[in-house]
Amino acid sequence: MAVTTASTPRTNRLGLAILDYKGGKTTLCAGCGHNAISERILEAYFDLGIPPERVAKFSGIGCSSKTPAYFMSRSHSFNAVHGRMPAVATGALLANRTLHGVGVSGDGDTASIGVGQFINLVRRNVAMVYVVENNGVYGLTKGQFSATADPGSTLKSGDVADLPAIDICALALQLGASFVGRSFSGDKKQLSVLLKAAVAHGGTALLDVISPCVTFNDHEGSTKSYAFLKEHDEPLHELSFVPSFEEIDVDYDPGTTQEVTLHDGSHLRLKKLEADYDPSDRVRAMTRLMEAAKGGEVLTGMLFLDPTAPDLATRLGVVAAPLATLPAEQVRPPRAVLDAINESLR
Amino acid sequence: MTTAQLEATRRAAPASRAVVNDFAIQVATVNGSGSQSANTVLLRALFQMGIPVSGKNLFPSNIAGLPTWYTIRVSRDGWVARKKEVDLLVAMNGETARDDVAQLPSGAAVVYDAPLALEAMRADLAFYPVPFDELVAPVSSDARLRKLLRNMVYVGVLAGLLGIEIDEVERALGRVFGKKQKALELNLRAVRAGLEHAATVEKRDPFRVERMDATRGKIIIDGNAATALGALFAGVTVVPWYPITPSTSVVESLHAYLEQYRRTAGGEATFAVVQAEDELAAIGMVIGASWAGARAMTATSGPGISLMSEFAGLGYFAEVPAVIVDVQRIGPSTGLPTRTSQGDLLSTAFLSHGDTQHLLLFPGSVEECFTLTGQAFDLAERFQTPVFILSDLDLGMNNWMAEPLPYPETPLDRGKVLGKADLDRLGGFARYKDVDGDGIGWRTLPGTDHPRAAYFTRGTGHDEQAGYSERSDVFEKNMDRLRRKFEGARAALPQPVRTGSGAPVGLLAHGSSDPALREALVQLKQEAGFDADYLRVRAWPFSAAVRDFVAAHERVYVVEQDRDAQLLALLRLDLEPALAARLRSVAHVTGMPLDARSVTDEILAQEGR
Repeated sequence: MAVTTASTPRTNRLGLAILDYKGGKTTLCAGCGHNAISERILEAYFDLGIPPERVAKFSGIGCSSKTPAYFMSRSHSFNAVHGRMPAVATGALLANRTLHGVGVSGDGDTASIGVGQFINLVRRNVAMVYVVENNGVYGLTKGQFSATADPGSTLKSGDVADLPAIDICALALQLGASFVGRSFSGDKKQLSVLLKAAVAHGGTALLDVISPCVTFNDHEGSTKSYAFLKEHDEPLHELSFVPSFEEIDVDYDPGTTQEVTLHDGSHLRLKKLEADYDPSDRVRAMTRLMEAAKGGEVLTGMLFLDPTAPDLATRLGVVAAPLATLPAEQVRPPRAVLDAINESLR
Repeated sequence: MTTAQLEATRRAAPASRAVVNDFAIQVATVNGSGSQSANTVLLRALFQMGIPVSGKNLFPSNIAGLPTWYTIRVSRDGWVARKKEVDLLVAMNGETARDDVAQLPSGAAVVYDAPLALEAMRADLAFYPVPFDELVAPVSSDARLRKLLRNMVYVGVLAGLLGIEIDEVERALGRVFGKKQKALELNLRAVRAGLEHAATVEKRDPFRVERMDATRGKIIIDGNAATALGALFAGVTVVPWYPITPSTSVVESLHAYLEQYRRTAGGEATFAVVQAEDELAAIGMVIGASWAGARAMTATSGPGISLMSEFAGLGYFAEVPAVIVDVQRIGPSTGLPTRTSQGDLLSTAFLSHGDTQHLLLFPGSVEECFTLTGQAFDLAERFQTPVFILSDLDLGMNNWMAEPLPYPETPLDRGKVLGKADLDRLGGFARYKDVDGDGIGWRTLPGTDHPRAAYFTRGTGHDEQAGYSERSDVFEKNMDRLRRKFEGARAALPQPVRTGSGAPVGLLAHGSSDPALREALVQLKQEAGFDADYLRVRAWPFSAAVRDFVAAHERVYVVEQDRDAQLLALLRLDLEPALAARLRSVAHVTGMPLDARSVTDEILAQEGR
């Protein structure tokens, strides 16, 4: 990575400046957790030296889904219909499997109206980063509960959530997800590492990021507020990331630190805070999530990771070159084929 | 003499006054009993004798055990529409036999399972009891096989009674059973058992076949397979879908063809077929793939079309290509999933909320299922909008004779797409700017290696640069441009087909109504001396030629297969009141394929003749 000095702006391995990854001006509320996440996303692509033109952004409808306009303007973006971003992303990434897909959704978009599409995206292991900006509340329609609101938590109006909450990470684990992480928009370091690991992953990389809504859900009684997260965020490990193009430092204690090689050759290093936590153990991950929820804690970190699970395009055996731009000779069979088919129908 | 009387006379003719190559056979069985192979053998044997045939399967929405009827029309004049009157019934289903016999016109013949004892029902029919169980017993000792082989026995009986050449039956069996030598032999023995039985029977009906030379070079194919081939030769790459009758076999055929013809030497797929979780996801994936530059399509039927509504509006407004095949069944709601209709016309034309309109194509034959599906991809990419192909169950799931499918002679039209070199030259672009005056902007594909290539695709209000905008003037200007683009499609879409030579009355129809319309024109002329011109529309928005046709006729009968005269309603939108007043409706909503007799009778009734 280029050395930062006072006189030259920092550039990545492509020679691009961070400004080349900027988006439009945000129109979200000041202090909204989503803005911090947008920053972390563009930094991840900048740090990894991925050209913005190789990235395709996807979103549904809601505050979260507006955010692709606020980062990486040099990337194509598709703001789809409510809860249906997974289908659009699936189609686009099948059409061109060389793209880096990143989807930004919210808890309403993912866990309520779009839960069916989310479920099937995860099952298919579509190669993309899928970020849920989770604040437990509908912002654009001014403050109704979403399906991730914890029972007992309250709205500003005093309404109390009385239905079981959907734990997006637990749901994804049951669905066979290959990458499940949870973070907090206020934890810059952890979120950065998880995002880079997500970009380096070769399947659906789900990141459920608690992202407080400063306008409708940041009060006493909310379990998605800054104050609640500061109190109850329970990281599983200290994370660090070594990109594929950097030398790895072999000097770590395997007793306390675990290293995972990611799909693209990068490395994720987990310094354990919970001695026996192993992110390759799906059952254990599920158990810990349920224990934490019961204890009112928000478990964050790399909950589960299987870097070897084949993604959808691989499973379908799709050619490496984009289907979208295959030359006509490769997609229109020759005249002799139709002649033979006609003959077989005589 | 009325046409009904004519029919009766024809049928009552003694065997010496034979009715040759002009009748309809109906086979009544239960679904899941394996009669499909037998019916295919019959159809093919007749076809191979050079006699024009068509087959229609009337089946229940069920896996096994419910009544099903297969009708084969033999027509020396080449008519392939449904024929209302059944001339020869094969009654294999005890549950429906009495009903089926009761509905037969006088002079018809009945081949039936002897224990059903139908012979006492009517005196005006020729009854041929056949001891199926007895005949099939020596063929196989396996009870399950015998149940299937009974069907081949009726093939033999009909071959004997009608004079179908056994060599052609054998050839047809060879096609159906391919290399399965044992099955072939067993089935042939069953056919021979039927044939031998027929030889012992005294022929008491006038129906028989004679070799002709009217099918040389022709093929037999169903519309869904032809649609699939249209997509294959259009270079389709992404095919998300959700199974729904009667569209399922579009994608199943397509998938098989893709597997066979679209793998690289290394075995990699130049396609992706994905069974989606529902139709919302299927159309969403089509939109996503097309946005990324792929030729993507899906196939569905009415309930799926309803679910696709929101994405269809996004496709229209964000200007994303898509090809959607709607193999229509009769609705509303779940309706009759295995019966045909043209009832999705209006809902598809305006699918989605707001001011949304879509390009529609109306294939009228299996050849057009092939050619119009190919064109749909060009049109979708040229106009950057969803294109719906309105097929139906009759066209899609039944076997039709056709000329060999023609290899597409024009290169793929991938529409207005700017690449890196274009952007280097232009310095940038505005996605929704009407630079060419046709309302169609230029687009870029994600992954284009140029810092000015990206744009933001959205269903929200947007300006020429694709930026978010709530300004009234920007919104209105964009909607006007979309309308201009749509108007421009009138001349670019497949033009209507016109026949006739200036009669004062016109007939107008679309899609699978065509065979019945063409036959009705001849009936009207021959039976009532009534001349009419005929216009078959092949796309919406309508060509200017449609207005010209109405303007050139005193009255225009709009014939269609729905209750609410939907085609007529669409026509009215384009016509000034004086011309709209010339339209008369002939609507048919039975779920059965349109037949010429119904059209002829209704038009003559409205004409007061």
